[in-house]
Amino acid sequence: MSDEIKPGLKSPLRRKLLMGMAALPAISMLPRPSFADVPATSAINTTGLAVTDSEVTVGILHSVTGTMAISETGSVEAEKLAISQINDAGGVLGRKIKFIQEDGASDWPTFAEKAKKLLVNDKCAAVMGCWTSASRKAVLPVFEQYNGMLYYPTFYEGLEQSKNVIYTGQEATQQILAGLDWVNKTKGSKTFYLLGSDYIWPRTSNKIARKHIEGHLEGCKVVGEEYFPLGNTQFNSVINKIKLVKPDVIYAIIVGGSNVAFYKQLKAAGIDLSKQTLLTISVTEDEIDGIGGENIAGAYACMKYFQSLDNPNNKVFVPAFKKMWGEKTVIGDVTQAAYLGPWLWKLTAEKAGSFDIDKIAAASPGVEFKGAPEGYVRIHENHHLWSKTRVGRAKADGQYELIYETADLVEPNPFPKGYQ
Amino acid sequence: MIINSRFFDRSELIGFIALALLLFIILPLTLDIFRLNLVAKYLTYAFVAIGLVLCWGYGGILSLGQGVFFGLGGYCMAMYLKLEASSVANTKIQSTPGIPDFMDWNQITELPMFWKPFHSFPLTLLAIILVPGIFAFIIGAAMFKRRVGGVYFAIITQAIAAILTILIVGQQGYTGGINGITDLRTLHGWDIRTDHAKFILYFVEVLLLFGCIVVAQFIRLTKLGRILVAMREKEDRVRFSGYSVANFKIFAFCVAAVFAAIGGALFTLEVGFMSPSFVGIVPSIEMVIYTAVGGRMSIFGAVWGSLLVNFAKTSLSESFPQLWLFGLGALFIAVVLLFPGGLSGIWQDYVQPRIDRLISSRKPKSGNGWADKSVADSAPAE
Repeated sequence: MSDEIKPGLKSPLRRKLLMGMAALPAISMLPRPSFADVPATSAINTTGLAVTDSEVTVGILHSVTGTMAISETGSVEAEKLAISQINDAGGVLGRKIKFIQEDGASDWPTFAEKAKKLLVNDKCAAVMGCWTSASRKAVLPVFEQYNGMLYYPTFYEGLEQSKNVIYTGQEATQQILAGLDWVNKTKGSKTFYLLGSDYIWPRTSNKIARKHIEGHLEGCKVVGEEYFPLGNTQFNSVINKIKLVKPDVIYAIIVGGSNVAFYKQLKAAGIDLSKQTLLTISVTEDEIDGIGGENIAGAYACMKYFQSLDNPNNKVFVPAFKKMWGEKTVIGDVTQAAYLGPWLWKLTAEKAGSFDIDKIAAASPGVEFKGAPEGYVRIHENHHLWSKTRVGRAKADGQYELIYETADLVEPNPFPKGYQ
Repeated sequence: MIINSRFFDRSELIGFIALALLLFIILPLTLDIFRLNLVAKYLTYAFVAIGLVLCWGYGGILSLGQGVFFGLGGYCMAMYLKLEASSVANTKIQSTPGIPDFMDWNQITELPMFWKPFHSFPLTLLAIILVPGIFAFIIGAAMFKRRVGGVYFAIITQAIAAILTILIVGQQGYTGGINGITDLRTLHGWDIRTDHAKFILYFVEVLLLFGCIVVAQFIRLTKLGRILVAMREKEDRVRFSGYSVANFKIFAFCVAAVFAAIGGALFTLEVGFMSPSFVGIVPSIEMVIYTAVGGRMSIFGAVWGSLLVNFAKTSLSESFPQLWLFGLGALFIAVVLLFPGGLSGIWQDYVQPRIDRLISSRKPKSGNGWADKSVADSAPAE
């Protein structure tokens, strides 16, 4: 109000101003619900973010068009669900969350452009977004330059740590080591055949897997390692090699549409996954939807979340998700991790008592979320999550059956010594 | 050498002035720095589109692989910037400090030979021109000397775009793989990420763009331009007249490649990274679309086309995140169906006649188009 009065007491404005002044006492008498527990905007937002007395704006930045749309849609849905639940529960620091959604269009420069828009034009207090490593790498300099906060949901290769990012998925060691230990211990597997799509995540993951197999597992060795271009659909030659070498474990990190061809050709070549152990870290319930449960039944996946998890949080989460997005939707590992983003941000903002990016970044380590569908999680000093590693076995109905989970939370270690 | 009496005829002069007004004065004054930087990004594609006007519109050589040259130029610039950003001080946490981060992730412990020249800025500038230029020369010589042309040439260029993408993605230790080369910071010690730098870069880019426009216009008006048109119309007659058709084609192709490379290098500066997603088939075809929308016979049209299509892309995707691709598709279909001459065709058919009537009722002129000007002057070369 006082700002409006300042411009001048020149004659044309005077009448309006007088009226306004007369109204001032009246305004101060207006009822202000929950004034006591809602902190003033100026106190919790000192850097000019889009925070008003009743609203705070966040961004959602995923691909809803292009090749990645099929994977990222689940993340968008989970984030919207989390936001609406938070709003129903009273919002963050007394403010409702308003979101602005942008489409990264499966195109990395578009991600960078839209990230800049969300930070510079829209002044988003946080951004939930990105899926592929390439898109994250494209936006990272933008977030660091304009000091934004990104909640990144995907399991990824590690080798990164930023003040401006919270990684709600697993970094590579969290997803790989416990799974290899498990397969070595329970199945007695000694020989491993590593497969992957040809880009940084599968290559780095297989590198860590190889170091672990050769360095930490007694008498185990890698008998083959091959990579295929993204979108590749011809796996016959490698399947023939596998039949010849007969590894104890096929370790597959094939992503996207290639999965469909790979598992179908595996089945057609007579490799029965109920007898041949196959361990993957790249097939979630979302991918099984495309592959077809009958083609992959029997394979093991190493993740931190399966839709079938039997715990109280998940029993609330799954029906809520299906109610909002339809009975037929499935919830994969990344979708669950995306759901954590808005919640972790809310908890952090409340811990920090501020929306300021620097305070959020500083307050993040140690933030606990007890309501996570995967179970209790906590943010580590390195901005990744402590979380459990789980092994599930694919069933013909497209769900995983939980076979094994680590007893304790696994520490995130994005720069693993001895694995580089 | 025959040069038409004036460098620009009247309608071209209007186009030139309108574009200069827009880019030098109107846009910088009206847009905030974020939008201006977006315009700068759009304009990098205009370089490619101008090259395509020469090579496709005039020479009749349809290249569906301009992304290759755009990418080569961009990667040359990115390699220089990346080396500067990977100083030993900046990369202390790596197991081998002083090399780009992605090399360290891929267990490379020494800077590869072909990266070393990019420590030097002059050599980088030279490479931005020479690497794509020589590459285009090799492709051109291999194809045109054997009289490969038309559809076959288009398919081969497309294959080259696909091959280069796979090569870059596969050799991630040396090229950054699918992530590309990211996190670029300074150019010769000058921070390119600040608003001030973006502002200056924009003007540098517009100046270079006008430089390219002038070069393209010069080529178009000389005898060379006429031979290009003649080749497009009746290649055999030109050959029988004693011209070496292949050499002219190679020249046009190389010029287009160098323009594309300049655009790519500027793209890296404006956007701050380079990745194989600008090299492949899809971006290459998009570049042809910009030219087609602008009008493939018009140099100015190419610039307008790049601006319009990219602007539509941004604004549609901001307003309709789920549906914008359909809108963009509809735009293309509409342009191709209703206005085969593109934007410059619309200008020529609808706007130009009115301006003519307005300005010069005293001097009626017929067949005054930007496009078929050199054809209209049907006197044989020499």
